[in-house]
Order: sequence, then C-alpha cells, then structure tokens
Amino acid sequence: MKKRKWASLKESAIRALFLTCGILAVLVLVGIFATLLTTAVPAFKEIHLSEFLLKKNWDPTSPEKAEYGILSMIVSTLMVTGGALLLAVPIGIGVAAYLSDVAHWRVREIVKPIVEILAGIPSVVVGFLGIVLFGPAIAKIFHIGNGLNAVNGSVLLAIMLLPTIISISEDSLNAVPQAYGEASLALGASQWQTLFRVKVPAALSGIIAACMLGMGRAIGETMTVLMATGNARAFPHGFLSSVRTMTANVAIELGEVPYDTTHYYALFAIGLVLFVMTFIVNLVADVILRKYQEREQ
Amino acid sequence: MKQAKRKKIAQFLGFFLLRACLTLVLAILLLFLYDIGRKGGGTISWEFLSQAPRKGMTEGGIFPAIFGTFLVTLITAILAVPLGMCAAIYLNEYARQGRLTRLIRLSIRNLSGVPSIVYGLFGVILFVNIMRFGTSVLSAGLTLGLMTLPWTITASEEALKTVPNSYREGALALGATKWQSIRTNVLPYAVPGMLTGTVLGLARAAGETAPILFTGAAFFLPYLPKSLGDQFMALPYHLYIMATQHHQIEQVRPIAYGTALVLIVLVLGMNMTAVVIRYRLRRKRR
Repeated sequence: MKKRKWASLKESAIRALFLTCGILAVLVLVGIFATLLTTAVPAFKEIHLSEFLLKKNWDPTSPEKAEYGILSMIVSTLMVTGGALLLAVPIGIGVAAYLSDVAHWRVREIVKPIVEILAGIPSVVVGFLGIVLFGPAIAKIFHIGNGLNAVNGSVLLAIMLLPTIISISEDSLNAVPQAYGEASLALGASQWQTLFRVKVPAALSGIIAACMLGMGRAIGETMTVLMATGNARAFPHGFLSSVRTMTANVAIELGEVPYDTTHYYALFAIGLVLFVMTFIVNLVADVILRKYQEREQ
Repeated sequence: MKQAKRKKIAQFLGFFLLRACLTLVLAILLLFLYDIGRKGGGTISWEFLSQAPRKGMTEGGIFPAIFGTFLVTLITAILAVPLGMCAAIYLNEYARQGRLTRLIRLSIRNLSGVPSIVYGLFGVILFVNIMRFGTSVLSAGLTLGLMTLPWTITASEEALKTVPNSYREGALALGATKWQSIRTNVLPYAVPGMLTGTVLGLARAAGETAPILFTGAAFFLPYLPKSLGDQFMALPYHLYIMATQHHQIEQVRPIAYGTALVLIVLVLGMNMTAVVIRYRLRRKRR
C-alpha cells in the first residue's frame, strides 16, 4: 500500500516537472516583453513618445541637442521588407506551384531538401555575399559608386524568405481537395488554368499566411541588412539610397552606448517596437493558418 | 480550335515561367556555394584551422573562433535540448486540450518569430545584468538556448506524434503507470527523431550572430576561454568583423571567405547529418 502511494507521488512529481517545462515557453515570451518594456520606459522620461515614433532625426550623441526620432529607421525597415516581399512572393508562389502541380515526384524529392539547404545558410554569410557579390553588381547595373543600399538588402532578404514562402505555400496547395482540380479539368480547363484559377485561389489563405511569416522574418532580420544596406542615418530617398533599419541601428549602437543613459534605454525601446511589430504580424499569420486548418478538418 | 491552341500556348508559357522561377532559386544557391567554395577553398589549410589569428588578424587561422562556436553551441544544447524535450512530452503525452495548452502552443509559435536581435537584448538584461554572468560564453549560450527552445519543442513533438498510440495503450493495459509507459514504450522510439530535429535547431543557433553580439562574443582574444565566465570568439561574429569592421578590409578578404566556408560547412554538415538520419529512420520504420 505504501509502495503504491509512493509511486503515485512520483507520477505527479514527474508530471509537474514536464508541466513546468511547458509553461516555461509562456514565461519566456512574457519575460521578453516585460524586460523590453521595463528597460524602455526610462527612455520616455526624456523623449516624448510621439517624437520618438514620428521624428526623422536620430542623433543621440549630438553635443547640442540629442534627437531620438526613429521614423527614418521604421521607413527603412518597411522599405527593405516591402522590396523583399515584392521579389520573393511571386517567385516563391511560382516555385511552390511548380513543385506541387507540375514537377515529377522525383524532382520534388530532390528539390525540397535543396531549398532547405538555402534556409540553412546563416544570415551573416548571406550578408557577406551581399557585400562581395551583389554590392559590386548593383553598383555596376545602376551606375552608382557603392552597391550597399536598400535594393541589396531587399534582394538578400528575398532569398532568405524564399524557403519559408515556398514550403508553406506548397503545403497549402497540396491541402486543396483533389476534387477541385478534377472538377476544373473535367469542365475543360487546362492544367495551367486549373492551377492558377482554382487551386491557388483555394489555397490563398495559406499562401497569405506564408507571406506574413516571411514578412515577420524580414522585419526582424539583423545581420544581412546590417552588412548590406550601408547604414546611413538619413531619411531614405529611394531604393538606391543607403538605409539603416531598426535592427541594424540596435546592432551598431548597443555595443558602444554607455549604460544607464537615455540613449541606452532608447535602444531597448527600438527593440520593443520591433517585438510588437513582429508579434502582430506573426499573430495575424497564425490566426489565418489556424482558421484554414480548422476548415480542412 | 483557335481557342484551344491559345490555351495550349498559355499553358506552355506559364509552365515555362514556373520552371524559370525554380531555376532561378537553384541558380542563386549554386552561385552562393560556388563562390564561397572556390574563394574560401584557397584559404583553407591545416594552419588556418588550427592556429590563432596573428598580426592584427591579417594572418594566421581561426581556431579560437571554431572552438568558441563549438563551446557556445554545447551550452545552447545543454539548455535547449532537455527543456525542449520535456515541454514536448508535456504537450504530447500529458496535456489535455484546454486553455493552458492553447496558450503554451501560441507562445511557442510566437517565440519562434521573435527577432534574433531581440533575444540578444533580452540576454543582455537577464543573463548579463540580472544574473550577473557578465558578457561571457555562458550568457551567450543561454541566450541562444532560449532562442532555440521553440524549435526543439516543435521538433520533439513531431517525433512523439509518430509513435503509434497502441504502444502507449499496450503498456498501460499491462498496468504500467503513465511515466513507465512513456519511458519504456514511447521514448525509445521517439528519441532518435527528437535528436535529429534538435540538431537542425542547433545548426541554426551555431550560425546566429545577433544574439551573441552583446552577450559574450569578442572581437579578438589571444587565448581560449578558460571558464564559462570568459568571453569567446565565434565563427559568425568573426566573419562579420572580417567582412565589415577590419581596418584592412581588402587584405583580409581571403580570411573572411575562409571563415564563411568553415561556417557553412559546419552548419550545413549538421543539417545534412540530421536529414540523412531522419531519412534512414523513416525507411526503417516502413
């Protein structure tokens, strides 16, 4: 009898241990948010929130008047992200459609792991290739002195987003019920018409979610844009100007900023803005994907 | 008749376009690997792999960076692998569908979308400042560990899902407790799959730079880290330095290419090992 009691005690202890590990995920997420928030708040003793978000000039070390506007960085981040999506979305959907509908199954078996390899290349290596490969090429094509600009960042980010967009889009294309395609073919539509007028629209919510996830990644990507976009602090004038994203600014300045200064806290405030932006984008993607999967079941 | 022909041409052009997309993606990957392989291959030698940088990092090797990356990845694994496995066991074996489970899953999915630099900021506050580990290989490893956690949980859960329910029921029917059934009838079949998924996550962590920028990676160290409280050199950070921060950027380009090649071989090597093991496991199960 005693033995049995001991065993059930042990069982509950083990269960509690596993439960703790599960709850840890929630704690880490809440912890990140709480840490960023509490560290960012002191910055707003000196900076007005509207000034922080809406002013273009960022010059915390100015001897006359320190300025803490991150609008240029927000615009830069959105520009580089937008450019990346413009390139990666059509190509990604194209590859996904090809793999799910046109390619021989052997081709698919070979190509899918290769796309995974692309996802495995570290971002710092992609950034390096932006400097040595794409930079000089962009400088030559557009006749500018230096190829480290928003275009470079967009191209590199697009390459990094492709695996995400391809694999999730392909999954959602494969999840379209076969009857849809068969019905379309039976009505006399060609394979091409079936693919782009029946299957892609049917899989659209999954494809949109894939693009949102890609967008979240692009907003938060640091090393690639830090190395390839030139990092000028001025407000961007176009895709050929050098830009500094929010992530790059944190990476550049956190190493040198003195502890316990408004500048230090302001960098954490930028981190908070990044966290909130990616959180919203990912949450929307998540809601779309869940809804879609529920409908499937 | 004419319409049918037009349809055919449209389909031909359309498929051609899709094929072009795929070719473009493969060509980019090939270009990446070719460029780094060719220009980095010339730098690789036993000396490059086994010695420390010399003369202001313009000569010598990258051994401290290789060693540092191994060390920090080891710490990452020690934190993320057991925690990830335990969380996955909870979610797949113990949890009932409910609010708590939904909250945990939502957190995991969102954690995997948190930017790596934000993990870096979190690591600075939590490990460097609050826990007073300082900028050290320990702080950096723990930061990377937290970042890897959502991936190891997801991968471990996938592996647990592949174990048929009849295995669990068999043990329970013979009077085993829940934990006994998991330990003897579930884990032995799931652990290899859990490990391969975990290795994929660790490979990504090994190539990350942003989380270690401010938590422990050093520009240059003349010695190897002697304790967990020391700073360390790491391959990705070394590549960043060599590519952008060095004062003789053109002169050290070969070293940068060599570092990039070693990093890619390391990360893709880990990836491929995991993929090959996973493939073999799948075949064995059939």
